[in-house]
Amino acid sequence: MFGDYSLGDLGSIFVMQGFAGLILFSVYVLMALGLAIIFGQMGVINMAHGEFMILGAYVTWMTSNFFQAYLPSLFSGYFFLAMILAFVASGALGMLVEWVLIRHLYKRPLDTLLATWGLSLMLQQAYRSVFGAREVGVELPQWMLGSLHVTDSIEVPINGVFVMCLTLLITISVAYVMYKSRWGRQVRAVVQNRIMAGAVGINTEKVDRYTYGLGCGIAGVAGSAFTMIGSTGPTSGQLYIVDTFLVVVFGGAASLLGTIASAFSISQTQSTLEFFMSGSMAKVLTLLAVVGILMLRPQGLFALKVRK
Amino acid sequence: MTDNRFFNRSELIGILVLAVFLVVVLPLTLDVFRLNLVAKYLTYAFVALGLVVCWGYGGILSLGQGVFFGLGGYCMAMFLKLEASSVENTKIQSTPGIPDFMDWNQITALPLFWKPFNSLTFTIAAIILVPGIFALIIGTAMFKRRVGGTYFAIITQAVAAILTILIVGQQGYTGGINGMTDLRTLKGWDIRPDHAKVVLYFFEVGCLFVCIMIAQFIRHSKLGRILVAMREKEDRVRFSGYSVANFKIFAFCIAAVFAAIGGAMFALNVGFMSPSFVGIVPSIEMVIYTAVGGRLSILGAVYGTLLVNFAKTSLSETFPELWLFGLGGLFIAVVLAFPNGLAGIWGDYVQPRIDRLISPRKPKPEGWTDSSVADGAPAE
Repeated sequence: MFGDYSLGDLGSIFVMQGFAGLILFSVYVLMALGLAIIFGQMGVINMAHGEFMILGAYVTWMTSNFFQAYLPSLFSGYFFLAMILAFVASGALGMLVEWVLIRHLYKRPLDTLLATWGLSLMLQQAYRSVFGAREVGVELPQWMLGSLHVTDSIEVPINGVFVMCLTLLITISVAYVMYKSRWGRQVRAVVQNRIMAGAVGINTEKVDRYTYGLGCGIAGVAGSAFTMIGSTGPTSGQLYIVDTFLVVVFGGAASLLGTIASAFSISQTQSTLEFFMSGSMAKVLTLLAVVGILMLRPQGLFALKVRK
Repeated sequence: MTDNRFFNRSELIGILVLAVFLVVVLPLTLDVFRLNLVAKYLTYAFVALGLVVCWGYGGILSLGQGVFFGLGGYCMAMFLKLEASSVENTKIQSTPGIPDFMDWNQITALPLFWKPFNSLTFTIAAIILVPGIFALIIGTAMFKRRVGGTYFAIITQAVAAILTILIVGQQGYTGGINGMTDLRTLKGWDIRPDHAKVVLYFFEVGCLFVCIMIAQFIRHSKLGRILVAMREKEDRVRFSGYSVANFKIFAFCIAAVFAAIGGAMFALNVGFMSPSFVGIVPSIEMVIYTAVGGRLSILGAVYGTLLVNFAKTSLSETFPELWLFGLGGLFIAVVLAFPNGLAGIWGDYVQPRIDRLISPRKPKPEGWTDSSVADGAPAE
């Protein structure tokens, strides 16, 4: 298998494959962060998470079209505005959904799964009716297109580096919000004991709504970042939902650090295996490994120790 | 009407009404094409029935029933495909005597795991045993470690994803995304003409009633009561000295076997099998049927399946745009407003009125024929 390559080539392949894994890792982290908040913290199984992502992607697409048509001079910077809009749109939809649907179901977690699945079907059809069934691609500004030449044989795509920086930024801010801010403390209090949190004066309904909104908003940003890597269609979200859930479950549902660690191990395994075999077999082996490990260690990589 | 342990009177009547509806009313009123559609829908009713036992009674939500449906279906399809790929039928291939998709994928000999499927006895055993053992393995691994609820649902979903990718990826061995098509005969008996479809329909309805009886038996046995107790308060059952894991494994295996029988019926009645019935989306749709019918009702599962599928066919024929809105909305409505589905509506609103209507008189057969019409109405 390695005979045809020289040692230097092999090194470069591993570096570039590793880098491809890092980009995949960033995308997984972005997708999983929102779900880690919604599923891990609130216990709501949000099957419509992929659709919130796709909403972010469509918002990005619309922003890019708008800038192309009306503000071509500012086109190079549209992406930052698009991400903010994606966050706001998905977050707002998320809060609406929480108010209409989810708040009635906190006591029946399995039913949230069914209800949000219904929601995801409706959103898919809505996207299909509004944006058409064809996949759309976003035109990237010039500065994101090329790739950086690190050495003669190693080059890394700029948009990948951008996604990685973005992921880092969002992860740090989420970690700050959840673990350092007053609001994050309230969220964790509500998660650990809803009744006691209410008793000490936390408005649990409001905390729930904003937490759900935050999770959906991050999904929107993930979708926005995703347009840089792939095209967007009405059913694209469904393709990633299982992966995302596995990342969160594998990491240990209530742990942000676990989510990151599991996203890292899953993405690196998959991208390394992809070099040796077909993409589908690499995926099968990765998922099998994850399911196998989960059977041995159901609480995930990083379990939060709480007394129930 | 014998009053034994396993039926109370109204359940027996419900089963008889369903039997009349499926065996007499539908075959008399529908043409063969529509009857074959009903046969296709009823294959999902097996899955829904399994979910009633596993999810409704046991409280174990499996989002991977498509896996078992697929395993059963593929076992049956492999047998039928081998029979359809006899040397005379496939002489234009570069390797005659193997299924066409293998030939297209440059496979020159029948793979080892295909060989036993030349035998019908083995195939029938495999339809029951392969999914059963698979469920046993998953169930043992999960329930012995006390994985339950949402985690179990997500992991079964991952299993469904894995199997779909595997089937699509291994095109030479499984037929890939197109699945196994062009199934022709069962032991020399052609399954494609109209009269064969009618025979297969009745055979399927027979199997369905066997499964209904098994579910009914489980429900009224001590086992069924422990399942319900476990769903309500798992720890107390465990503290009472029962092995909760074993009961869960059993319920899950029963659901898997029912789903597999449904899958095998699907391959027979519809004449093909493809990975599009294995993955996550069909698995969740199967849960929808159960939820709409009422997750606690054995007969509700059958009606729910028929209702959702009739709605799907007619809506997606006339308003393809609206269908997903309808399905999604139905699902949300069922979860929010009618957690017990059709059976809940029936039990809360319709049954009391009928009871009031007939209670002054002695229940007569004619009175129940009326209720059979009302019962069947939602499914039309």
